[in-house]
Parts: sequence; structure tokens; C-alpha cells
Amino acid sequence: MPFAVIAEAYTLGNIPNEVAMKNSVGKVETKFYNYNGKITLSSGREFGPVQIAYETYGTLNDAKDNAILILHALTGDAHSAGYHSENDKKAGWWDEMIGPDKAFDTNKYFVISSNVFGGCSGTTGPSSVNPETGKRYGLSFPVITIEDTVTVQKLLIDYFGIKKLIVAGGSMGGMQAMSWAASYPEYVTKTIVIASSASSNAQSIAFNAVGRNAIFSDTNFNNGDYYDGDYPERGLSVARMIGHITYLCQESMHKKFGRRLQNKEKLTFDFGIDFQVESYLQHQGLSFVERFDANSYIYITKAVDYFDLEEQYGSLEKAFEKSNSSFLIISFSSDWLYPTHQSKEITQALVKAKKDVSFCEIKSPCGHDAFLLEFDTQTNIIKSFLKKDS
Amino acid sequence: MNFSDALHLKYNIICELIENGSHILDLGCGDGTLLKMLAEKKHTYGKGIEISQENVIKCINKGLSVIQGNIDEGLEDFEGQNIDYVILNQTLQSVHKPDFVIDEMLKTGKKVIVSFPNFGYWRIRLYLLFKGKMPKSEMLPFEWYDTPNIHLLTVKDFFDFCEKRHINILKTILVRKARPIKSKFKRYFADIFAEEVVFVISG
Repeated sequence: MPFAVIAEAYTLGNIPNEVAMKNSVGKVETKFYNYNGKITLSSGREFGPVQIAYETYGTLNDAKDNAILILHALTGDAHSAGYHSENDKKAGWWDEMIGPDKAFDTNKYFVISSNVFGGCSGTTGPSSVNPETGKRYGLSFPVITIEDTVTVQKLLIDYFGIKKLIVAGGSMGGMQAMSWAASYPEYVTKTIVIASSASSNAQSIAFNAVGRNAIFSDTNFNNGDYYDGDYPERGLSVARMIGHITYLCQESMHKKFGRRLQNKEKLTFDFGIDFQVESYLQHQGLSFVERFDANSYIYITKAVDYFDLEEQYGSLEKAFEKSNSSFLIISFSSDWLYPTHQSKEITQALVKAKKDVSFCEIKSPCGHDAFLLEFDTQTNIIKSFLKKDS
Repeated sequence: MNFSDALHLKYNIICELIENGSHILDLGCGDGTLLKMLAEKKHTYGKGIEISQENVIKCINKGLSVIQGNIDEGLEDFEGQNIDYVILNQTLQSVHKPDFVIDEMLKTGKKVIVSFPNFGYWRIRLYLLFKGKMPKSEMLPFEWYDTPNIHLLTVKDFFDFCEKRHINILKTILVRKARPIKSKFKRYFADIFAEEVVFVISG
């Protein structure tokens, strides 16, 4: 395609898929791995079988030492890069970071991305059918932890026969990355933790609790058994609205919406939607309901709340004691959900544990969501970090 | 001699002080030039601490390990790490609590290397005497109101500081035009002829 046409397409803000596809891993598909054995969960319960939805980009080398495991955040999925079809309007959730010559360079690395255990995008979760009863699990699904999600990812890594890998993730994905480094120190060579924390603080637990309560209070919730009836969409969409506020920050919200009104000139003096920010949140809530399971939201937020490496290992230093990994810790200046000081705590523990660690706080007005938006700086840092000898 | 050549020569002075394979910590490591040089020439290992995002990224680009942070907050995390050399290169004059930072360095490293521009250099003295204005030079290019150099000092000041605090001075290298000055009367004329100075000290 001649440059002029490409340039025009960009200025129109309407990138033809053909163009976008060229800079990406292209057409990809979600695959499934079924593990028929049982795993032991943090709670002590046995669980199985497990299905894992995953995608891979790039090629695994003969030595099987060029794998990067990408770990998604709360509501992500296995589709982190590329397009499922030519007609796809949206690429995978971290497409700007994963692909040829991108931060996670698929010319060089074999990138694996899987849906989290407890999720609702192909990996076994509360909306899956329990083979023993023939019914969906609902709330009979066991309460899981971040460590359990890692246990399940490990099944997939074993399936590929991979013994050395790089792990990377933002937010809850960062928690999984740390959990990987702590649980499988002999496997992980490099760990990238972005906008994350070694334990959920009271404030983030509080927001998750409000989200879960919004779901519980929806009369359609029916104790998690709603799959054959009306969906608790009010509750789930309110949970998402609350969550979404925590992903932004005052500055980014002010810039994006200010006090602007939604499709009107004056205040209406009723309780409909007056402000753009209200309309935006409602849109976020409603579109989320279409793609996400309310029970999964409950289980995964609980796993995030339970996450506490310090409690698990006695101290953060001890958690990383056996690790042979190099670490890259990134935070964002305006992130108040997982603020910089929590990334500093991780860094300090790694320093004390005498690990190779670099830490950078990226100036950004985008709040917690910055890890899904600030691509240039992240790419610059991550590329260099991956190049470094470990 | 251009600026970058001079810088290179000055870094070389520090490089020569350090044994092969040493464990180092470079405070205020800037864009990582010295750390990189030490790693290449002396096969050192260790980290840098740097306050600015731009410089932190430049360090990471050089394949170095660097932690974004403020050295005025102390080095507690690095205690007991068996660090051979803690380096504070051309940064002492811009920290908020120089005495605290030096204490922390002495606690953290077996040896400490401190270098700073000498405010007692004769040109600086004459500048103030004749112009009556805050001295500016190639090393101190800032205006009084925008300078990061908030704790300027002379070589004599540092000698006094070490004496009062019982800090051992293991080596003093006076530097002029980016090269060590060879003089028998270092202690007495240092304050006049040295543009800058490198000290190796221990607690």
C-alpha cells in the first residue's frame, strides 16, 4: 500500500485492518489445553479437570528458552495481540506491546498468553460446567487465589515443555508475575511487574468489596445461579463502573469529561444522565456485562484481595529469596490504585534479597490504566530490559 | 579538550581507583556513563540510583540495573550487601542532606568515593572578588536561582568535615583540567589549584 494512502487512513482516524494487521502478529486464534488431572488449590481443595484458553505468537525455539508468558489483568483474556478475523475492529488487549519489533518482539520470542483460572473467556471458571454434576459451577466453584492461577498457567507451560521463561504483566498480571518468580524460581529468568503490588491494600480491597456487593445485591444474582434466568447485569455493570473509576485518575477524568453535559445544553433537574462522565461510566458498565461473567468477577476480585506475598512467605524478601530472575518494576505517577510506593516496596525487598532489579516510575496522567496506554516509554524500557544478559 | 573528553578523563580517574570485579553502588548515576565504563573496564557489578525518569531510562537502555529513587531518603535497603565501593560522583553538592548521605554511604560500602567541584578554586575566588556575583564556570553553569548545586563546598571544608566526624581519608586526588594534579603540598594548596577533587574515604 502506498504511503500516502496509509497516511490518509491514519489522519481519518480509521485505520483499515489491512494496515493495522501488517504491524501486528496478524490473524490469531484462541486454542484450548485440557488438563484431566487434579490440582491442589491454596485452600487445600483438589480441583480438576481444567481447561486453559491460550494464544501464542512467534515461534518456540528448539532450546525452548525464548518464551514470554503474558499475564492479563482483572478482566482481560487470552487474546492479547493480533486479530481473530479480518473483520475484527479491535486487536488483542496489548497489541501495541506484542508483535514484530514491538516491546515483546515476536520475531525473537514465543509469546504465550492465557485466560486466567476462574475467568470466563475459555479457561475453567464458575461459568464452566462441572463434569460431575452436568451443571455450571456457579458459587460451588472453589475460592481461588493468584497462586492458583499460576498453578494452572504452569500446567500450560509444562505442556509446552518449557523450563525457562520470562513473565510479564500489569496490575493483577504483575501479581501473577511475582507469584511465578516466587513459586517457580528455577523457571523464571526475567520478571516484569507493571503498576502492581505485592499485596492488595485496604483501599483496593474496599473497592473490590463494593463491586462484589453491587453484584450480590442484584436480585437476579440468585446466589450465583443465574445462568438459566435473568442476568445480574445491573449489579455487574455498577461493579464495573466502580472499578473503572479506580483505573482513571482525577486529572485524566477532568481532561476527558470536565463538567461537560451529555447531548444537552442545560441541566435537566431529574435523575437521568446529565454529565458526560455519567454516560461514559454507564457505557463502560453495559458493554462489560456483554463480555464478562458476574461470578468470575466475584472470584477474581477475591483472589486479588487475598494476594499477599509477605504473608505467604513470612517476608517479601523471603518470597524472592530463591529466585534467579532479573526484575523490572514499573509504576505510573498518577496511579492511585497501585501507587508508586507499593512498587518501591517490591523493589526494596528485591534489593534486600540481593536480586538484580531496575525500577522506573513513568510520569503519566493516565492513572492505573497507563499500562494499557503509555506504550512508547514502556516499550523503550522493556525492550532494553529483555536485551540485557540475565 | 571538549566536554565529553574531559568527562571521560574524569571518569577514568574514578575507574583507576576501583579493583576488578568490585561490587559497586553509584548514587546519582545520571545516564549511567560511569557505571557502564566501570562494568566494561573493571568488570564491576552493582546498581545505580537516579532520581530522573529520563536518566533512569538511559541507564536501562545501556543494559544497567538502576533504581529510580532519591538518595536523600537513605540507603537502608543496601545495608549488609557487601558493597566494595559506594560512589557519589559530582552529586554531593546537590543533595539536600550531604552529612546524612555520607553517613549512609559509609554504613553501606567498605569504601566511599566522593567527588565534587571545589568552590575554593582560585578562578572561582577571583570571580566572586572581582565580579561580585555568584561564580559560574563550565562545571557550575547555573544561575543562583536555578542551580541544583545547593551545598557547594571547598576541599578544605571537606577535610574539616572528615576530621570532625573521624572519617578516614584514604586518598585525595586533586583534579585540574580533568587530570590529577601531582603536588607534594596537596593538603595546603589544594583549595586553590584544584578545580575538583576526588576523595576515597572509609568509616
